[in-house]
Amino acid sequence: MSSDTTTSPPRAETRSTRQRISALLAENGALVGLLVICLAMFIATPEFLTARNLLNVGNQAAVVAILAFGVTLVIVAAGIDLSVGSVAALSAIGSGWIAATGLPGVLGLVGGPVLGMLAGLVSGLAVAYGRLPSFIATLAMLSVARGLTLVISGGRPVLMPPEINWLGAEIGPVPVPILVMLVMFAITAFVLNRTVFGRSLYAIGGNHEAARLSGLPVKRITARAYALSGLFAGIAGLVLAARLESAQPQAADTYELDAIAAVVIGGASLAGGRGKATGTLVGALVLAVIRNGLNLLNVSAFWQQVVIGLVIALAVGADVLRRRVS
Amino acid sequence: MTASPLLQLSGVHKRFGGIKALDRVDLTVHAGTVHALLGENGAGKSTLIKMIAGVHEPDAGEIFVDGVPVRIPDTATAESFGIATIHQELNLVPSMTVAENITLGRTPRRLGLVNRGEMRRIAQDALDRIGLRVDLDRTVASLGIAHQQLVEIAKALSVDARLLVLDEPTAALTSTETEHLFEILRSLKDRGVGMVFISHHLDEIAAVGDSVTVLRDGSFVDEVPADAPESQLVRLMVGRGIEKLYPRRAPATGRPRLEVRELSSQGRFDEVSFSVRAGEVVGLAGLIGAGRTEVLRAISGVDKYDTGQVLVDGAPVRGQDVSAAVSAGIGHVPEDRKEQGLVLDLSVEDNLGLATLSRTSRGPLADLRGQRRRAREVTDQLQIKTDDVRRPVGSLSGGNQQKVVFGRWLLAGSGVLLLDEPTRGVDVGSKVEIYELINSLTSNGGAVLLASSELPEVLGISDRVLVMAGGRVAGELPSAEATQDAVMSLAVKEVEPTHVQ
Repeated sequence: MSSDTTTSPPRAETRSTRQRISALLAENGALVGLLVICLAMFIATPEFLTARNLLNVGNQAAVVAILAFGVTLVIVAAGIDLSVGSVAALSAIGSGWIAATGLPGVLGLVGGPVLGMLAGLVSGLAVAYGRLPSFIATLAMLSVARGLTLVISGGRPVLMPPEINWLGAEIGPVPVPILVMLVMFAITAFVLNRTVFGRSLYAIGGNHEAARLSGLPVKRITARAYALSGLFAGIAGLVLAARLESAQPQAADTYELDAIAAVVIGGASLAGGRGKATGTLVGALVLAVIRNGLNLLNVSAFWQQVVIGLVIALAVGADVLRRRVS
Repeated sequence: MTASPLLQLSGVHKRFGGIKALDRVDLTVHAGTVHALLGENGAGKSTLIKMIAGVHEPDAGEIFVDGVPVRIPDTATAESFGIATIHQELNLVPSMTVAENITLGRTPRRLGLVNRGEMRRIAQDALDRIGLRVDLDRTVASLGIAHQQLVEIAKALSVDARLLVLDEPTAALTSTETEHLFEILRSLKDRGVGMVFISHHLDEIAAVGDSVTVLRDGSFVDEVPADAPESQLVRLMVGRGIEKLYPRRAPATGRPRLEVRELSSQGRFDEVSFSVRAGEVVGLAGLIGAGRTEVLRAISGVDKYDTGQVLVDGAPVRGQDVSAAVSAGIGHVPEDRKEQGLVLDLSVEDNLGLATLSRTSRGPLADLRGQRRRAREVTDQLQIKTDDVRRPVGSLSGGNQQKVVFGRWLLAGSGVLLLDEPTRGVDVGSKVEIYELINSLTSNGGAVLLASSELPEVLGISDRVLVMAGGRVAGELPSAEATQDAVMSLAVKEVEPTHVQ
């Protein structure tokens, strides 16, 4: 009786496109929210739905989205990474510093993200092997990385070499940050869905003990998640610096909170075991669309903060409700 | 019994989405009686007691308390009717003390501050009522699960419950602890407390129950006296006869597959040595705290041990390394399915594939298609009831969840299985299926080490029984000589002074 249902082809493969879209919407409340917000913005100001403005939104979302993809890996594994903003700044300053020493700019392009990965790895080792709570370990890294950024730069901006600055330019009408964001999105989705590492993150976040008792190398995987988050932060830092053509020691300050907000709006659970790259991308876009739309409507930056806060609470609240109903 | 019943449910009905959880069920509980609820997992017992506890309201049907029709929309209302529920998942705060837990939600106050003296008095009084001796200032987390359960019962009784609902209260208790609990229940009965009692152990129902309501697939099947023959109860519950509860077929044994040599871990177990041969089921019996689980966890690489050696098929296995143990062919079904065995939010296929995820990968890529194919094969083979392996494993019934944990090791090709409470919280039908699974494992040359606090199970399914007491192997009994008395006399050997939990 049950055998013929289990051996029949899975329903998803036979579903029509329309059914698949409605299933996607039902599964992803944030996407519905994004569409609703976009529609509202369009009605409020038609200027919103111009190609130029949409590219602008994408460009604004890019840095937070890239940070958030890295944070998604950590949050899925039931951790948190508060250090990504500082690590992004540290990486950018590191890249600029390498270039300033006269070494080839390409080395800076690689060196910054590697520096970010090392910072992430340190947090990861502290969490996985040192058994520090992830909140504490990455809070410490937030401070250490920001401090090192100021030490290296002496508190002054560092010019970025052309080998990095193209990251902030445009290819045709499309800003490169958007392309970087999409590439990082694809990598994150691939890692989470297809790799042993990614699947293990869900198991570890969902039930640490069950993962350990099944023989998964929990510590190694955990440390690697933070290292990747640091690497992503490094790339985000370069994109940010490239747009300004210089690395600012105070860059990306509090961006970690936007990144976490994007992940959570995207439907991830801070308790771990749940979260998707698509959700995070949508979450980052939601934040960018709201900021952009409110700017177009000339709402003051002070009020924008209030609105963003409400949106976070609303998004997560709706998600909780939806889950309880289903 | 001329007085109106304490509690009466009449034709209650409940749906969850498209699923009918309860269909016109009746239940009557009189004061001073124990009414047992019997049914396989998914039969609707939990839904029914959640109705009594005020967690769910019926879609249709009526509830009467003392003959008066009432609504129980929330737990506070249930409490006001004198209904207290002991859920399977305990409602205690692990980091707080026994006294704080017992008075939780009604902490005695003086001038807005906690009145510690009064709190201790109430708590001590509650513990005295059930004859439980634990330190009031210990945290609940430091107590064993059996004592935690008793604390929970003490807490319920301290609010003067007239109706106590107990959802599988004996699942985690040893036979001595169970007997102790039953004495408490009997004395409550004499004081006029009515009880609804859920258990999978038919002998317990006869021991403490007065009448039994049997549910199957959400429907009322029958109400019979609690001393009805077990075979009748099983037939009512499963809908068919079960010939043998312990269908053990022992094949000829072969070479030793698992050898444990003088394994010691400070404060947990000492100089434990034994071996399990191909085709053999060795049972580990003993009281809670005797070290059964600890030994199993050490063998499986979950916990470290100080000295000694574990060998599988003659080759030593590195200690404190689960993945080394898994590669050596050890599979571990831990005692707590939900906390240690499964990732409840993940799908059936993900859970089945957890131990084989990296072994079947191509480079860093998980073999998702292969994992799904193998998951489907093993769900068919083990008759895991799910229409789709992509469904969250948490949506399955207890027995099917447990089969998923087994299936994981089947997929990993584990030849040495360590089973810790393999049928805890599993209904009779699934139990027999799990025993049959053990048969097929051993007939294929597998070796099984089984630890269980359910003595009949250990005796019924093991070819040889090792009895642990105080962290040591107190004795070994071939299955022919292993009786409850023989096991118990070894189990209580020399442990009293060290055990004052």
